[in-house]
Amino acid sequence: MAAGVAAWLPFARAAAIGWMPVANCPMPLAPADKSKRQDELIVLNVSGRRFQTWRTTLERYPDTLLGSTEKEFFFNEDTKEYFFDRDPEVFRCVLNFYRTGKLHYPRYECISAYDDELAFYGILPEIIGDCCYEEYKDRKRENAERLMDDNDSENNQESMPSLSFRQTMWRAFENPHTSTLALVFYYVTGFFIAVSVITNVVETVPCGTVPGSKELPCGERYSVAFFCLDTACVMIFTVEYLLRLFAAPSRYRFIRSVMSIIDVVAIMPYYIGLVMTDNEDVSGAFVTLRVFRVFRIFKFSRHSQGLRILGYTLKSCASELGFLLFSLTMAIIIFATVMFYAEKGSSASKFTSIPASFWYTIVTMTTLGYGDMVPKTIAGKIFGSICSLSGVLVIALPVPVIVSNFSRIYHQNQRADKRRAQKKARLARIRVAKTGSSNAYLHSKRNGLLNEALELMGTPEEESMGKTTSLIESQHHHLLHCLEKTTNHEFIDEQMFEQNCMESSMQNYPSTRSPSLSSHPGLTTTCCSRRSKKTTHLPNSNLPATRLRSMQELSTIHIQGSEQPSLTTSRSSLNLKADDGLRPNCKASHITTAIISIPTPPALTPEGESRPPPASPGPNTNIPAIASNVVKVSAL
Amino acid sequence: MNLEGLEMVAVLVVLALFVKVLEQFGLFEPVSLEDSVEDEFELSTVCHRPEGLEQLQEQTKFTRKELQVLYRGFKNECPSGIVNEENFKQIYSQFFPQGDSSTYATFLFNAFDTDHDGSVSFEDFVAGLSVILRGTIDDRLNWAFNLYDLNKDGCITKEEMLDIMKSIYDMMGKYTYPALREEAPKEHVESFFQKMDRNKDGVVTIEEFIESCQKDENIMRSMQLFDNVI
Repeated sequence: MAAGVAAWLPFARAAAIGWMPVANCPMPLAPADKSKRQDELIVLNVSGRRFQTWRTTLERYPDTLLGSTEKEFFFNEDTKEYFFDRDPEVFRCVLNFYRTGKLHYPRYECISAYDDELAFYGILPEIIGDCCYEEYKDRKRENAERLMDDNDSENNQESMPSLSFRQTMWRAFENPHTSTLALVFYYVTGFFIAVSVITNVVETVPCGTVPGSKELPCGERYSVAFFCLDTACVMIFTVEYLLRLFAAPSRYRFIRSVMSIIDVVAIMPYYIGLVMTDNEDVSGAFVTLRVFRVFRIFKFSRHSQGLRILGYTLKSCASELGFLLFSLTMAIIIFATVMFYAEKGSSASKFTSIPASFWYTIVTMTTLGYGDMVPKTIAGKIFGSICSLSGVLVIALPVPVIVSNFSRIYHQNQRADKRRAQKKARLARIRVAKTGSSNAYLHSKRNGLLNEALELMGTPEEESMGKTTSLIESQHHHLLHCLEKTTNHEFIDEQMFEQNCMESSMQNYPSTRSPSLSSHPGLTTTCCSRRSKKTTHLPNSNLPATRLRSMQELSTIHIQGSEQPSLTTSRSSLNLKADDGLRPNCKASHITTAIISIPTPPALTPEGESRPPPASPGPNTNIPAIASNVVKVSAL
Repeated sequence: MNLEGLEMVAVLVVLALFVKVLEQFGLFEPVSLEDSVEDEFELSTVCHRPEGLEQLQEQTKFTRKELQVLYRGFKNECPSGIVNEENFKQIYSQFFPQGDSSTYATFLFNAFDTDHDGSVSFEDFVAGLSVILRGTIDDRLNWAFNLYDLNKDGCITKEEMLDIMKSIYDMMGKYTYPALREEAPKEHVESFFQKMDRNKDGVVTIEEFIESCQKDENIMRSMQLFDNVI
């Protein structure tokens, strides 16, 4: 029942009086309207803009936020109004929906913002009214395409681990930019296609005279050279075709694809020519087959984006083209017939039959006007002029549709390219934002630890450094800190991690580790380490599994000591502190006979990559300081 | 001969094109066979305003607030201030999605449209509602009788009753349990007349109707349902 007519429900119930005298059985009891409260105005404050409406208006749609008791969560006791911290512009549309029962989509609004708002208020977008539904759907599809293109191109750029040789080859064929070898192959084939096409063309050019015979085309004069060129090209094409066939994930589908058919058709004439050389009867057919060599030019479509787009456009406009063809055919037949009968009387008329008039009609309708066939009678001239006028119209009609289709597809491709180009910048932006936040955390951690250390050492020190973060930031940092404590690992930045990795790989001891500020939830060489030697999967770490296992066999640990009272000494102070409380720091300790896992303090755990791979400028300056004064401590 | 025929055709075509060109220049007004569409615009811009609240308060038994609520709902669906039959049927059909309520809605419309001008204004609307919801039992029975008496001649014949009954059963739609049979309305009409028609003359007059209804417990009780609708 539409909400707009909810107001008419009392009328409908009253109209039931017509059934009462007719009914044979007693009527059921009416639902009691217990809360017989008067209809009241409620105030909806959306980001400062106040909307007012009757309560019953909102209650028309009880399964939305505003119509249900969910809005009580937003009730502000002090001002006695419902406060929503949302966009007031879109709220206008939402409230109008309650009032009129029709949901409209404002054209100036961003589609995803609008969707978000609708989702917030619990309104399904499907009830958008007919007036705006088409626009909404179009915009939504466009947006989805845009995001999908994004994802596609992103997925392509990921380095997929361990593709089989066949798969790498296929990827190289489809996407020449993946490796230099593919690029080389791409250019080589392109070159040979061009060579082959030019050869075909030049073959037929008359090339000077051989004494004693008439002018020969170049193909016959230098037949050996051309034959060699042709052979070379066909060799390359054959090899390419076979390689593609080998690499294709679905060979059957590959064979049926258009490009492969073009490939086959391009190289077939050569082989057929090899097979049937001197048979006179079929040599005529053989000559015809050479025409198919021109199909090699279509191989260029792999190299040219524009050609592909054109082909795709023509395919997608098949119906318009079909209509064009059909209407042209109709018009041709009509006009040819009329012209034939109009010109029948005139002597020496070229319009000998209706099919003969087809040629005139086509030439006239496409406004070519060769002039080889011209009407001579007056009627013929009148109908001829009508024919040419209508030709212009009939051809002009479907063309804009095709053009707009082409333009849309072309722009879509442009957009994909543009987005790819901008992607680098966009990712860099995202990366900077992420590292900003992680750096903030590391920075504040050091500050905080410094403060702790200073407190421990009892030196009076300005603690103003730690106070510059906002409440939200400090809560966020506290959260990350809790995570660290939970997993007994710590966050460090990328460079530190890599440096530590390098150090560890350089040393023979599989256990040597420079203590760092790193932690990783997945790595378990802490007190909570596993005894098993299973290969552990580290989502972010680049360490191979073997090294992990070796890391579990700690026999020596590095403890960094640094005398500099810099920010990084906080780590050392923690280490000193932790030295004493080595074991109590950890939650559990497992010591096996074979593997001695040292219950390492969090500071001494092997590094794992911190969550976002940061490019942090801040802590880097301190790393060289840390590298010095490494103290080796052999532990049990 | 073919040639002459074709030349004639050619000439005719040229003439037709010439006429079209003249039309374009506005020098040659063709005879228009259809009325211009502008006339239709007049109807849709008619707007009806009801009488003042005080007058309505006097005429009906609703309170001021109730009238306000009623008018707001009314105006929401019918911004022009009046309901015509199409609109009325469409509004009423939204309450009965399963069946076809258009016939009953027509009867209702005729009952509400007391001055028979083809449209129900707010006054008519509220007057009818006032009787049904705030009137005495007798008033309500009178109103129901008025609804049943399709030709407003003071008595209900079997045909009229059959029409009413069919329209009510139509509202049920196809999917009922037990399945609706063809004869159900007729049987119902028979039983109705059994109950109502005292002197068995084949018609039910207003006195018979009110008398019989007052004697029927169920009807009396169901009439009281309307006290709390608003």
